[in-house]
Amino acid sequence: MESMLHITTLHYLVLGAALFLLGVIGVLTRRNVVIVLMSIELILNAVNLNLVAFSRMWGGLHGQVFAIFVITDAAAEAAVGLGILIAFFRNKETVNIDEVNLLKW
Amino acid sequence: MAPVATPFFFYLLSGIMLIGGVLVITRKNPVHSALALIVTLLAQASIYLMLYAPFVAGVQIILYAGGIMVLFLFVIMLVSVDRVQRERQFNSQWVVGIIAATALGGLFMAVYTKGKDIFPEHALPMVENDNTQQIAMKLYGQYMFAFEIASLLLLVAIIGAVVMAKKRI
Amino acid sequence: MFAYIKSYLSSAQTPGAAGNMFWVLVYILVIFTGLAIAVMLMTWLERKVLAHMQVRLGPMRVGPHGLLQPIADSLKLLLKEDIMPAEADAFVFWIAPFIVVLAAFTVFVVIPFGPTHAITDMNIGILFMLGVSSLSVLGIVMAGWASNSHYPLIGALRSSAQMVSYEVAMGLAVVSAILMTSLNAEGTGTLSMIGIVQAQLAQHEWFIFKFFPLGLIAFFIFAVAMIAETNRAPFDLAEAESELTAGFHTEYSGFRWSLFFLSEYTAMIAVSSIAVTLWLGGWLRPFPNLLSGPTWDRAFSLFPGIAFLFLAAMCFFNTARMPKHPLFRIQTIGLAVFGIVLGLIGLILFIPAVSMRVQDIFWFSAKVGGFMYLYIWYRGTFPRYRFDQLMQMGWKVLLPLGLGVLILTAGVALLQQKLWHP
Repeated sequence: MESMLHITTLHYLVLGAALFLLGVIGVLTRRNVVIVLMSIELILNAVNLNLVAFSRMWGGLHGQVFAIFVITDAAAEAAVGLGILIAFFRNKETVNIDEVNLLKW
Repeated sequence: MAPVATPFFFYLLSGIMLIGGVLVITRKNPVHSALALIVTLLAQASIYLMLYAPFVAGVQIILYAGGIMVLFLFVIMLVSVDRVQRERQFNSQWVVGIIAATALGGLFMAVYTKGKDIFPEHALPMVENDNTQQIAMKLYGQYMFAFEIASLLLLVAIIGAVVMAKKRI
Repeated sequence: MFAYIKSYLSSAQTPGAAGNMFWVLVYILVIFTGLAIAVMLMTWLERKVLAHMQVRLGPMRVGPHGLLQPIADSLKLLLKEDIMPAEADAFVFWIAPFIVVLAAFTVFVVIPFGPTHAITDMNIGILFMLGVSSLSVLGIVMAGWASNSHYPLIGALRSSAQMVSYEVAMGLAVVSAILMTSLNAEGTGTLSMIGIVQAQLAQHEWFIFKFFPLGLIAFFIFAVAMIAETNRAPFDLAEAESELTAGFHTEYSGFRWSLFFLSEYTAMIAVSSIAVTLWLGGWLRPFPNLLSGPTWDRAFSLFPGIAFLFLAAMCFFNTARMPKHPLFRIQTIGLAVFGIVLGLIGLILFIPAVSMRVQDIFWFSAKVGGFMYLYIWYRGTFPRYRFDQLMQMGWKVLLPLGLGVLILTAGVALLQQKLWHP
């Protein structure tokens, strides 16, 4: 119990791993494309948490700078992903990821 | 300023984050998922504050919760038809997905139980009075190239999103 | 226990920085009460000033000169029936005004009313304020969507698109003001609100006059963007009555609507506080460096008392002008009592011990009050912008102007550092 009360880096890493797992489950099992994109944002956030926790552990600020870059990239990727989603929706009138099968034989 | 009641806040915030994450992946209504994701992101910003990273917390609130989630909500409102919400939630390969996720979870547990000792204790509590200034020194000094490339990436993303969503090119 | 409470009174920090929870709670309660009173005062002032600008009188019935009108309005809103549209998403409908109020009030955690009169002094103060005020967009989008009807949806989309566009221009104007804080000996600036005002004190110049006209243009950009940010005239297309019924809060009635109303006025006060802190010297009295010394300090510290005595004199003057009809007797007595109360507050503010502490709060509130009057003045004077004109101005005029001011400010600041401190 004492090891649970003293918060170490491992606690943050386990939290990050749990979030990552939740994001992976969301990406692999949901049908709605928007929710798949939101699960990808969860995965990116888990990675950010790991980066900042390690930056705290080693005392330098490289992890935090990298986390800022990851947030920037997440914004860019969300914008492009949602643009693709809108184009796809305009063609097929659905947001079901199982229906992205035009190239299937 | 000395940190106060760290275990209480850590467990409270991580509980909020995990519950929010579970709600994101299990709600049928995408707007409810987006709200749960906003709660998760705000709790994560608070955890960044606990990790002596106030600038990253501020950036998270402005960009993620105040920018990206607004974008998500706009698109959900444009795209959500009533028909969508009455369909099934989980896609046709959900069994394989759960098996893969379980395997990944097992891998994580193995790594973190076997390697518990390679993560040393925290360094001394970091000063947070000049966190912003120090990040600025690193960002515009050592990581200047990455900064410029990130701005180029954002330009490409803007052009890409506009082209993708236009009606007529 | 008492020692803990008293230990803060002798420290020179904000309660958050000193870690003193009791005084943090006291400050929060005082700010919350002050904001509630300020919002009620604003509703009365808006109706009276708009009316006088339109050559009519405004509310005159409810109290003497309509002074009890805000109380009547709040009672009415509390007692109205709470309607929820049938097909609306109940949870999102319920939580949307909550989020907007939360975002508007959380901003006040870092607003400095004095060098130690803030709840806390985060070292990312201005970043925190910009971030939290951008969370209100989420509440508006959710309010429009959850109402499940077209006018609120269009109003919410327009309103949030407008707020997001003008946040960019606001951010650029804020960055050029922050640049000016780094013109000290070490070359490091600060994002903390108290640090920004202290930088203005150390550089002997309000940032609105610095590098003339760059500070002025940055202030102008922020002043325009902050009006668009709070959805006020002339940028109030999204909630104007003649355009979209009432925009995103059409389907809200009673107490929920009053939450939106409260958050709108609170957001107005919050962004005005940002403008005052960044460009107009925050809590500093006029000429703190030029006319310094104990006699000038004493002279300027008489201003709060003089202001309240002036208000009391206006009350007595209007009491004398009240109609001499028996039905007006209660109103006349009420106005006289109000005047006496204001006069007593003014006399209390003459005591040196009180006025030394209250002085900073008075100057800050006076400057923010000036901004509030400007808001009402704009509403009474300017015609409304059409939505495409609004977006065009945000992206094609204010954004390039903001970028230009930022680049020029950076250039001039670098030049100054190189020439004066080689």
